[in-house]
Amino acid sequence: MKHIISMLMENESGALSRVSGLFSARGYNIHALTVAPTEDETLSRLTLVTSGTEQEIEQIVKHLNRLIDVVKVLDLTEGAHIERELMLIKVAATGDMREEYKRLADIFRADIIDVTSTTYTIQMVGDSNKLDAFINILDSGLILETVRSGTMGILRGEKCLQLS
Amino acid sequence: MEMTGAQTLVHFLQDEGVEHIWGYPGGAVLPIYDALDTDATTLNHILVRHEQAAVHAADGYARSTGKPGVVLVTSGPGATNAVTGIATAYMDSIPMVCITGQVPTGLIGLDAFQEIDTVGITRPIVKHNFLVKDVNDLADTLKKAFYLATTGRPGPVVVDIPKDVQNAKSNYVYPQEVDIRSYLPVTKGHSGQIKKAVEMMLSAKRPILYTGGGVILGDASEELTTLTRKLGFPINQTLMGLGAFPASDPQALGMLGMHGTYEANLAMHHSDVIIAIGARFDDRVTGNLEKFCPDAKIIHVDIDPASISKNVIVDIPIVGPVKQVLTEMIQVLDNTKQEKDEAALADWWKQIEEWRATNCLRYDTTGSKIKPQAAMQAVWKSTNGDAYVSSDVGQHQMYAAQYYPFDKPRRWINSGGLGTMGFGLPAAMGVQMAHPDATSICVTGEGSIQMNIQELSTCLQYGLPVKIICLNNGFLGMVRQWQEFFYERRYSMSYMESLPDFVKLAESYGHVGVRIEDPKTMQTQLDEVFSDKYKDRLVFVDILTDQQENVYPMIPAGAGLNEMILV
Repeated sequence: MKHIISMLMENESGALSRVSGLFSARGYNIHALTVAPTEDETLSRLTLVTSGTEQEIEQIVKHLNRLIDVVKVLDLTEGAHIERELMLIKVAATGDMREEYKRLADIFRADIIDVTSTTYTIQMVGDSNKLDAFINILDSGLILETVRSGTMGILRGEKCLQLS
Repeated sequence: MEMTGAQTLVHFLQDEGVEHIWGYPGGAVLPIYDALDTDATTLNHILVRHEQAAVHAADGYARSTGKPGVVLVTSGPGATNAVTGIATAYMDSIPMVCITGQVPTGLIGLDAFQEIDTVGITRPIVKHNFLVKDVNDLADTLKKAFYLATTGRPGPVVVDIPKDVQNAKSNYVYPQEVDIRSYLPVTKGHSGQIKKAVEMMLSAKRPILYTGGGVILGDASEELTTLTRKLGFPINQTLMGLGAFPASDPQALGMLGMHGTYEANLAMHHSDVIIAIGARFDDRVTGNLEKFCPDAKIIHVDIDPASISKNVIVDIPIVGPVKQVLTEMIQVLDNTKQEKDEAALADWWKQIEEWRATNCLRYDTTGSKIKPQAAMQAVWKSTNGDAYVSSDVGQHQMYAAQYYPFDKPRRWINSGGLGTMGFGLPAAMGVQMAHPDATSICVTGEGSIQMNIQELSTCLQYGLPVKIICLNNGFLGMVRQWQEFFYERRYSMSYMESLPDFVKLAESYGHVGVRIEDPKTMQTQLDEVFSDKYKDRLVFVDILTDQQENVYPMIPAGAGLNEMILV
């Protein structure tokens, strides 16, 4: 099953490679990974998507907690949460397709953010399934380039992943 | 006080109470070596002949004392040579701080002479590592390194210090406090879990204690002994755990696992409650996981949550320091009204005694060749079983574990996790430095000893009277054994042709060499080796042993604990 594991870690060089190194050394999968600093400049927020049995996920969380640079770890999938991913997709846009893309963008609540005489670049935010659905309805021959941020997530309600 | 980074390091180590530092100089640590010359008063540096040996020596010191071992090597090849030693310490959770020199910060990333990404290379084999970029952070970083290495589940920590940081000046104050917000090792096991565990133990019909190196690392031998005797249960010990409970006690069934005793493995296999303490269900212990202890409920005490339910799912996990958890277990046991199932336990012991009666460690004593088992027993006799025994890796390691029983912790020093050939001699040096008046033995084979034999020179320089017991069968014995069993006796590359004359070799290094070939004279010769005559001398004892001898009992890879090959 897919799990979204979110963590706060020291904003130090090498911290990311400790996390990614753990996954490669122990043979765990990383489907997606995203990392950026937080409002507290000493901390980075890293979110990764992985999959495995419950036992494997438990081991992953335990091993992540063992890393000295990792301050706090949470498996978002365990509770109510929101997940989002950003996608930028560049498509060949000529003839009738120029109108069709605008209609599709409306349906998917996406924005066309760059236009040339032959291309559109569309920006879309949503959970990964929504982004997949959009890609699937397009003629693959028209897709020039896809850039996805990887999933990030946050707990619903008042609960937060923060230093206690 | 204002001083350079190099001086800061020396002063910090002394303030931290470090006695010995093993190392080898080079370009990127010259400022530190200079500071050792000008500033060291209590800190003693030992010059090894190869960086790997520096790490193993510090490791041997750490294992035999419980204090962190400290190493100093240069950048590039100095650091890469240290890698095997660091990995060895990591696999066995040994507290260690390894200081590596690095090229100046301005040259990092430019493929400078003797530059290597030490932090990157060592990342998977350390508890943590640091690259110090600012001299003002140096003392705090060193304090963190020692704190991390010695607390929680111990392990090696690498501190990489660029040369310009060693030369830069700052104000040194010994940091009394350390704060790492992400690192809070557990200091107490969960009381509710401990109560549940004791209830489960007392209701057991076929219980077994299964204890490992964590008991020794956690200095909990006394508590383990008290608990075990109170319970009256049989106890198995892993290769890493030998000595934590006295081997001479009738409750001790010996070592378990691939080359464990018949009674230890069968008792484990048929048990209904396993009390695992500071052990990690290593594959050499469990055999085939699918066949592992089908009837057993498992209690697991470990300081590291990641060790729990890693290989085997456990029923009652207790995360905490072994010493504290065992102390609380003893208290609960003393105050409970619950009684043991004495009748069931009597039947259990009866069964175990039947297994024990197979005398699985028996071997042929009639031949004209020296049996390696007999050699280890003779060494035990000559030393009254009270020596520090460091081992290399191979058949001799198993013979030592089986035929040199230990009654005290920290006496058996071996590379259990990584299985590093070449570990024995430098480890024995570290042990000897820590215990100058004790007998420090290196049990080795003609294969392993040649992996760090250059340290004979270090032993001469520092007057380390290590006794090397080389079980010389002219083969890489464990490789040969597996080839005999599993590769139709095709002895590919396991024959050590063109061996040196070890007696002459020892003599050329300025030591004493002794050869033992005759079973009849072996005990007398060994008695002499361990007599006062050679108290201050290193003696290399080359014992020519039976080439065909194998280590038994044995659980072949993929088999269950109840599927042992006896003699």
